[in-house]
Amino acid sequence: MPSASLDVLGARATMLRRLRHFFAERGVLEVETPLLSASATTDPALESLQTHWSGAGSDACAGLSSGQGLYLHTSPELPMKRLLAAGSGPIYQVCKVFRDGERGRRHHPEFSLLEWYRPGWSLTTLIDEITELVRIILQRPDLGCEVLRYRQLFMDRLGIDPWSADPSMLKEAARAGGLTGCDQLELDADGWLDLLMSQCLEPDLGRGCMSVVRDYPPSQAALARLRSSDPAVAERFELYIEGMELANGFDELTDADEQRARFRADQRRRQAAGQCVPPIDEAFLAALEAGMPASAGVALGLDRLLMCALGVDRIDAVLAFPVERA
Amino acid sequence: MASYKTNEFKGGLKIMLDGDPYTIVENEFVKPGKGQAFNRVKVRNLKTGRVVERTFKSGDSVEAADVHETDLQYLYYDGELWHFMDPSSFEQLTADEAVIGEASKWIKEQDLCSVTLYNGQPLSVDPPSFVVLEITETDPGLKGDTSGGGGKPATLETGAVVNVPLFVQTGELIKVDTRTGSYVSRAKDE
Repeated sequence: MPSASLDVLGARATMLRRLRHFFAERGVLEVETPLLSASATTDPALESLQTHWSGAGSDACAGLSSGQGLYLHTSPELPMKRLLAAGSGPIYQVCKVFRDGERGRRHHPEFSLLEWYRPGWSLTTLIDEITELVRIILQRPDLGCEVLRYRQLFMDRLGIDPWSADPSMLKEAARAGGLTGCDQLELDADGWLDLLMSQCLEPDLGRGCMSVVRDYPPSQAALARLRSSDPAVAERFELYIEGMELANGFDELTDADEQRARFRADQRRRQAAGQCVPPIDEAFLAALEAGMPASAGVALGLDRLLMCALGVDRIDAVLAFPVERA
Repeated sequence: MASYKTNEFKGGLKIMLDGDPYTIVENEFVKPGKGQAFNRVKVRNLKTGRVVERTFKSGDSVEAADVHETDLQYLYYDGELWHFMDPSSFEQLTADEAVIGEASKWIKEQDLCSVTLYNGQPLSVDPPSFVVLEITETDPGLKGDTSGGGGKPATLETGAVVNVPLFVQTGELIKVDTRTGSYVSRAKDE
């Protein structure tokens, strides 16, 4: 038996229809990019699932050796940026993405992502657009939106400055915030910030309205551009509804040298932590070198958005067949 | 020493924490989209029964606890210790009052009990879910009352007291659900 009812499958189809209509009306082109790639994300917090290509003995696949490892993508971000660099204009994609080792009430190793890019847009304009889309999908035209700054959020609710607090101060904040069982935990500052964000702050976000958190610490920039304000911040935002993270967006980094330096730093961290070190996507870096237009982009988890639309708290309730029964 | 990684965590897994054996009651995987993954678990201390929370960085390892369940036959009580025997190896093991706990209210010689062993020694004892015991004392009920609507306390041969219908009398055998401590039926014909 499917774990989602027929009504839920219908709600998913409605969501997809609405979002395609939304983007068609706005002149955003739907694209597809490869799920399989010889390179993979270097993000130390993500693990790619790997498969392999056994070859076809055809000239058409020159450049791919038989037995070559291929990774399933964790996000379509890099090839979509290659399309932007090639002059695609605004684009969106709906696809499955894959993440090894992730399974929980809100996590499933494959899930549906909506990702889109707006060349020439600011992060603020993109935030307006995603909140508009969410209102349409949820059929809640009056749903408000609060915009919070990451630093201010931590100072207001936990009394710490995430830019300057060291791991022991953050550990103390976790204890003060009611997080039990952390005494033995050894984390770096970003690890503690992740724990505080997901366990102490996130549950209260998006209650009664959407919450957007923006201006992240530079150490959590991922693929976002840095803004040299005081202190410097990463031009990144996340969207929360009903205590759940739904989307992550960037004012995209377009500097090829800076991007390569971040990939290399990721690889060094992975190496040091004993994680596998996948090759860097050179085709993406070449596209950045050729020139990618300044763009804002965001990825939105569609299964979680559907959970919000239906008021359910388990991802399994919106999946036809969870991985254990796939 | 055997160990488990966080991705092997699930309810019922037995692990060592701070020198004590624990069982995982609940395991929740949490992770920001861009950031560190954690396993937040509720664990029960198998010695004290206390449930506490613990947070692990996903990918960390924890020592496995040498804890397993086995069926042992209850032999006798010597006034201090309860003696059990493994029916396959005839090995004898003892449990003290802290280990036997509530089970002492229900078990009779020859009963097979589910015993949790930690490093080979009994840690806790579960009586059979259903036991048949004789009533040693209860007030005579009203004659002819078979409705079972009312009830009265009855003392059983093990010393346990359960509520029984009025028509059940001293000397009768009754079946009791040890998980709830409640009367199930008469057991005359069993």
